[in-house]
Amino acid sequence: MTQSKFDAIVVGAGMSGNAAAYSMARRGLKVLQLERGEHSGSKNVQGAILYADMLEAIIPNFRDDAPLERHLVEQRFWLMDDSSHTGVHYRSGDFNELKPNRYTIIRAQFDKWFSHKVREAGGTVLCETTATRLAWDLSGKVIGVHTDREGGVILADVVVLAEGVNGLLGTRAGLRDMPKSENVALAVKEMHFMPEDVIAERFGLSGSEGCVIEAGGTISRGMAGLGFLYTNKESISVGIGCLVSGLAEGMENPYRLLDAFKQHPSIRPLLAGSEIKEYAAHLIPEGGFKAIPQLFGNGWVVVGDAAQLNNAVHREGSNLAMTSGLMAGEAIFQVKSRGGLMTKRNLSLYKGILDKSFVMKDLIKHKDLPSLLHTDSHNFFMTYPTLISQAAQNFVRVDGAPKINREKATAASFIKARSRWGLISDAVRSAASWR
Amino acid sequence: MKTTIIERIEDKLYQNRYLVDTGRPHITVRPHLSPSPSLLALTKICPAKCYELNEIGQVAIVSDGCLECGTCRVLCEASGDIKWNYPRGGFGVLFKFG
Ligand SMILES: Cc1cc2nc3c(=O)[nH]c(=O)nc-3n(C[C@H](O)[C@H](O)[C@H](O)COP(=O)(O)OP(=O)(O)OC[C@H]3O[C@@H](n4cnc5c(N)ncnc54)[C@H](O)[C@@H]3O)c2cc1C
Ligand code: SF4
Repeated sequence: MTQSKFDAIVVGAGMSGNAAAYSMARRGLKVLQLERGEHSGSKNVQGAILYADMLEAIIPNFRDDAPLERHLVEQRFWLMDDSSHTGVHYRSGDFNELKPNRYTIIRAQFDKWFSHKVREAGGTVLCETTATRLAWDLSGKVIGVHTDREGGVILADVVVLAEGVNGLLGTRAGLRDMPKSENVALAVKEMHFMPEDVIAERFGLSGSEGCVIEAGGTISRGMAGLGFLYTNKESISVGIGCLVSGLAEGMENPYRLLDAFKQHPSIRPLLAGSEIKEYAAHLIPEGGFKAIPQLFGNGWVVVGDAAQLNNAVHREGSNLAMTSGLMAGEAIFQVKSRGGLMTKRNLSLYKGILDKSFVMKDLIKHKDLPSLLHTDSHNFFMTYPTLISQAAQNFVRVDGAPKINREKATAASFIKARSRWGLISDAVRSAASWR
Repeated sequence: MKTTIIERIEDKLYQNRYLVDTGRPHITVRPHLSPSPSLLALTKICPAKCYELNEIGQVAIVSDGCLECGTCRVLCEASGDIKWNYPRGGFGVLFKFG
């Protein structure tokens, strides 16, 4: 490594780091990106749904060569109890558009592609290199990073911390707190392979159409959590995530939860005959707006999951990561082109841009939901799913009992489980946190 | 009737690619007489089953199968129960799909 100074060092080559590095390199800044994996993506895990608009804002013609799996035409939300699911399915031919809105992707491949774009734009990407700590000057400004390679400090005007949810640099330097166990979910995930035509038949798809299922209910055993099943071209990503605090309190075993999810009578037929080729685990930041740390300082900014910019309610993360990376890159470029220094004051421009975007607006909108789900998880993930399943079965089953009796039984079961007051309060609080 | 196929964690991890940095574990457990509740929880919630109770009731780690998720760090680093680092660049789990 030459000891020349960079305009910016980006730590991490995930969604946010690649967006930041690309947007700066493209504008002619001298960018060094460090990635601890063998190649970009080899440490990263996602479901994964890619939201096209946010990538299009960075690389308009990404559809030409990005590794995309299927474009989504159908989304299913399933509320599950132990033997049933009650579902809402949305499918629309409108999603078979010229420039589809959402795709499934495979992160290890996608990140490699994105990283290639960074190199094409003129950025230097150094893989197999872990940044070990930040370097500071006497005035308390970040001036670069130390790595586990020989050669001492690498210097830059600004460091972009794109190190993901489990970033060590920022937390160890005291720039932000370590994520709390009630603000992060542990997700475990498997890749199930099967022929393309089998997937198409099972989900009613043709061509590159795709379908995703999000599932909540007793599968998370009363903990705040969600299961998912996403169709790729020749594989299905299946996984489940629960808050770490819930897992620790319940001493629950995440891969047993995943196995039980896979064995659920609604899921098992969809996976039958598949070959499992990988098992992965990763944290997801779920604290929302209230968990967002300080986003900028003297010589540094933080983007993506490291900054808890993740919308757990809508299962969006990569798009917030990409957008925050892009905006950090834009802010740094603007400061630089005005001849400004990378001071805290000048870098506040990054937050200014971010505040105006959907990233902050969406996170503010749902700011009360994470704590609601956390404190009331048993009702939302155990009691209601069971009750709703019973209600649906009461509605569907035909056995000669008068309908009015069934309806009364359904209403009584809700009141018995949660009391009238409990039902009203749950409804009001849910609505308020959604507003 | 419900059938349950218990899949072994070893079989799951066997599907993955790893480059183990032999002799340089990236996570270590602080020596203790009896484990704290959080440390004990890791024997259940670590997704790679890296933590296990030994014969004298202490929690021990073998980090070879680690998925680098950070769960144990979130739960036990602040209390000093464990020391956590990323493996050296290029080592550790290497996701083919992620
Ligand atoms: C199971 C699961 C499902 C998900 N599903 C979706 C979904 O469907 N749609 C969606 O939009 N989002 C989803 N997300 C969220 C999404 O994956 C994240 O929000 C996104 O990846 C965050 O990007 P990032 O760049 O901030 O962090 P990451 O993508 O985690 O990247 C961080 C990078 O930094 C590197 N790194 C860390 N520390 C160092 C260091 N010290 N030195 C060098 N390199 C370092 C890492 O190796 C990694 O490459 C999901 C997440 C999970 C876990
Ligand atoms: S980082 Fe995750 S997989 Fe590795 S030991 Fe800790 S909990 Fe287990």
